[in-house]
Amino acid sequence: MLNRASTYLYQHPKLVLALLLGPPMIYMFVVYLGSLVALLINSFFYLEEFTGLVVRQFTLRTYLQLLSPTNLGIFGRTAGMAMAVTIADAIIAFPLAYYIARYASPKIKTFLYIAVTLPLWSSYLVRVYAWKLILAKEGIVSWFLTLVGLQPALDWLLSLPSIGGSSLSLSPMGMFIAFSYIWLPYMIVPIQTALERVPKSLLEASSDLGATAAQTFRTVILPLSFPGVVAGSIFTFSLTLGDFIVPQTLGNSRFFIGQAVYSYQGTAGNIPLAAAFTMGPVVIMIIYLLIARKLGAFDAL
Amino acid sequence: MRSKKSFSDKSPLGLTMAAIAALLFLHVPMWIIFLYSFTTDEATYSFPLPGLTTKWFGVALQRSDLWAALALSVRVASIATLAALILGTLAAAAVYRGNFFGRESISVLLVLPIALPGIVTGIALRSAIGSLDIPFSYWTIVIGHATFCVVVVYNNVLARFRRMSGSQIEASMDLGANSFQTFRYVILPNLGTALLAGGMLAFALSFDEVIVTTFTAGQQSTLPIWIFSQLVRPRDRPVTNVVATIVILITFLPIFFAQRISAENSDTEGGSK
Repeated sequence: MLNRASTYLYQHPKLVLALLLGPPMIYMFVVYLGSLVALLINSFFYLEEFTGLVVRQFTLRTYLQLLSPTNLGIFGRTAGMAMAVTIADAIIAFPLAYYIARYASPKIKTFLYIAVTLPLWSSYLVRVYAWKLILAKEGIVSWFLTLVGLQPALDWLLSLPSIGGSSLSLSPMGMFIAFSYIWLPYMIVPIQTALERVPKSLLEASSDLGATAAQTFRTVILPLSFPGVVAGSIFTFSLTLGDFIVPQTLGNSRFFIGQAVYSYQGTAGNIPLAAAFTMGPVVIMIIYLLIARKLGAFDAL
Repeated sequence: MRSKKSFSDKSPLGLTMAAIAALLFLHVPMWIIFLYSFTTDEATYSFPLPGLTTKWFGVALQRSDLWAALALSVRVASIATLAALILGTLAAAAVYRGNFFGRESISVLLVLPIALPGIVTGIALRSAIGSLDIPFSYWTIVIGHATFCVVVVYNNVLARFRRMSGSQIEASMDLGANSFQTFRYVILPNLGTALLAGGMLAFALSFDEVIVTTFTAGQQSTLPIWIFSQLVRPRDRPVTNVVATIVILITFLPIFFAQRISAENSDTEGGSK
């Protein structure tokens, strides 16, 4: 019986394929893509202000609400933060990735690999929480800065209108630190992967042809590892765009995209506006992914 | 890097320092949480700690709301992992053996739930649940989690398939085993550790997830949601410190072992969480 079934399957590879592919594809199409479509549809509905009910009727007025100065400010603020975090992470990640790829012995390499990817999978919230402790007014950073006499410098930074706040744990600067910290592993791994793929022979050729180490780095290693940086930036950028935990925890009253979506769908019950808001990051990320593919970032994932 | 000799095997001092700094930046904040779980300070995060105590661990153990949240998280993560194991392995097998239209797009489709901002997945599921008038339940959380856990298993299993030699399967068939026997005795043992690694990572991912969960959970509270409520409005600071410490410890071991398995087989796809 089993043998006959086996033979039958062997003779019908298409059937096997359908059996293998069916369940995961049905799940992803129905649940995930279906939900995305529902989201898109919802963004064309609108919330009737007086009744507080969603009117299921095609309209563009929800999208028009996105163009109000407040909402444009939210988009700009979030994209600016995402960009700053991406750049900071690229700068912090590159030396470590370069060290792992080029200088670490196999044993140390395994250790470093685990050290980098461990935070990637673990306790996202707890790691945000860590910064709430560290950056608190009475916390460890203030203590240290007072110790070395730099507290006035911090007070001055906090007094700046666009990045400051009442304390580091309630300011855009604090968010910037926490974001950079949380998404850092996402930048290290692809850069390291890209660096590992740079053939040693190219480096030898470059040095044989008389290039100094710095020249080799600038003209051979850096361009060849750039797709890795782009691949990492997909994660740092996208994750910052959609996060509402960090702004909610460490931010002040000025909203980010994630918070806006969260509050519109929650207390306000305005799912159409929340849906339309989400289309912002979706469009930004699609464009970003297309450019990234052009730059060869997908090979570095 | 300024030295003339471009092929020294020793890292330049500046590079080593920068690498160590990045590594410390990545890990020291978590140690600080450990420290704080022993503080005697109830109301603030003051540093240096005014005193040390272990009493908060006892207090946390007595909290029934915490136990309920923990139980819900474990139940959700178990079922979401199971679903991810089945769906991810099937998809990996199909992509590995089949040459069909749209094969390249399958990876893209599977990675979307984690490549797009979590809030997109969250609000999308939320609006679908709303449109269909489905009440929030344990299952709405599980369904949401499974969407982004699948890709983790898929990546690990597909990488393993690609390293497995096809000749083993052919040999098994030549020796008279049918497809099911080949699957049971040849393919499954080969996939073993990849399934283990993928499963553990999927579990960790689900156990820790908060963004999608806030949209699909309704009034229920998973452990991350409990922690999140404390982040926004800290009421039980010492207990939160203890919970944070315990969460790090609980997730550390499975992830560590999964990474060990993956690193030893050098087939990780860790970058595409």
